[in-house]
Amino acid sequence: MARLRKPIPGIDPRLLIKDAAKLLPDPSRRLFLRGAAGLGAITWLTGCDIIDSDAAEGALMKISRFNDRVQALLFNPNKLAPTYPASMITRPFPFNAYYQEDEAPEVDGETYKLEVGGLVDDKKSWTLAELHALPQETQITRHVCVEGWSAIGSWTGARLSDFLKRIGADTRASYVWFQCAEGYSNTIDMATALHPQTQMTFRFEDQILPRKYGFPMKIRMPTKLGFKNPKHVIGMHVTNKDLGGYWEDQGYNWFSGL
Amino acid sequence: MTAEAVSTTRAPLIHPLWVRITHWINAVAMLLMIGSGWEIYNASPLPLFPFQVPKSITLGGWLAGALAWHFAAMWLLVVNGMVYVALGLVTGHFRAKLFPIRPREVIADLGAALGGRLSYEDLSVYNAVQKLLYFGVICAGVVIVLSGLSIWKPVQLQELTALFGGYDAARYVHFFAMAAIVGFLVVHVALALIVPKSLRTMVLGR
Repeated sequence: MARLRKPIPGIDPRLLIKDAAKLLPDPSRRLFLRGAAGLGAITWLTGCDIIDSDAAEGALMKISRFNDRVQALLFNPNKLAPTYPASMITRPFPFNAYYQEDEAPEVDGETYKLEVGGLVDDKKSWTLAELHALPQETQITRHVCVEGWSAIGSWTGARLSDFLKRIGADTRASYVWFQCAEGYSNTIDMATALHPQTQMTFRFEDQILPRKYGFPMKIRMPTKLGFKNPKHVIGMHVTNKDLGGYWEDQGYNWFSGL
Repeated sequence: MTAEAVSTTRAPLIHPLWVRITHWINAVAMLLMIGSGWEIYNASPLPLFPFQVPKSITLGGWLAGALAWHFAAMWLLVVNGMVYVALGLVTGHFRAKLFPIRPREVIADLGAALGGRLSYEDLSVYNAVQKLLYFGVICAGVVIVLSGLSIWKPVQLQELTALFGGYDAARYVHFFAMAAIVGFLVVHVALALIVPKSLRTMVLGR
């Protein structure tokens, strides 16, 4: 679920429309190194022109990989994200994706099946009724968007770590990859997959997860930025290969931990 | 001339080498952090300040690029800043150059500065206004790093985030610290241009 575009209360929607256009790269120019006075000043200070340099972009991506490793070290598998009282829930909770709200995928709950694959013993797929029968719990946590805004929501579902054990997943594997109905995908580290607050979410604020928030299932991770929380999840693979993700492949930091 | 004679005839050293090196590394790091920070800000301006920074003065081109710059330059800023603060404390540089800061002297020197009566003859001694501004910007630097960490890691460093009043409040603290530093930079660069020999001493040391 890409939380990259939608208005939040108190923000001028006109700014956001302009803003949304800026969040995606202009294909006519280099990804990261568009003309900027800040960069111009660097050019002036150092006497070397690093604008439009593949080397600079490569170096930034190397540092981003280094930051992935730092964040993995910083990640404490037992540290819980703060939880909040129901009175602090943000209403209305913002919709945010790389598509408009009316373009959210329509998944048929009757025919839905969660495909499970990779390094797991039991690869049978799961119907929604079977998933709903799993033991569930509720968390009221803060969703933090890569854009900077945050919102508090209430999510109910099953612990992903319990599910992984139930299907006999090899939890020594490095990654879990999620595939979504709209073509979105992302890969997370196993440590985060096993975190007690990482949840296969079926309900939002005591109602079946609405289409705009990821029906029939999203993966809620209060320890990661919003875009690492996939919506409309239809497939899950346990793997030792980093299969990337929609925004990660475009240059957003892979780990994106909070 | 003997070596001794050379050393006695040369102008006294005003800025030691470590001050000059950390100063210019910091200048580069700050430009990268501020430029990319402004582009990140544009993705979701704070509700109380709903403006956009003109694209022409931001760095990174789009949100992912700006974030990549910001989280790369942070290492330069923090490592260099820690070297500077450690050496400033260990060598007694801060104590000798910045303290004491007396309110009465600040008021007197501020009046003199605004009246154009402040002397810039001896660059080795800071006037009270300079002391206050340099001390203040070092404090703003500490605050911007700590508030930045609390925005970056509001779960792993949640105690720090709570110290700033929570995630949303920490964003405001980060913003105000940026504004304070940019305000300092405007005055600092303007004065360096008015007194060009101060620029020379920050390069050559004398």
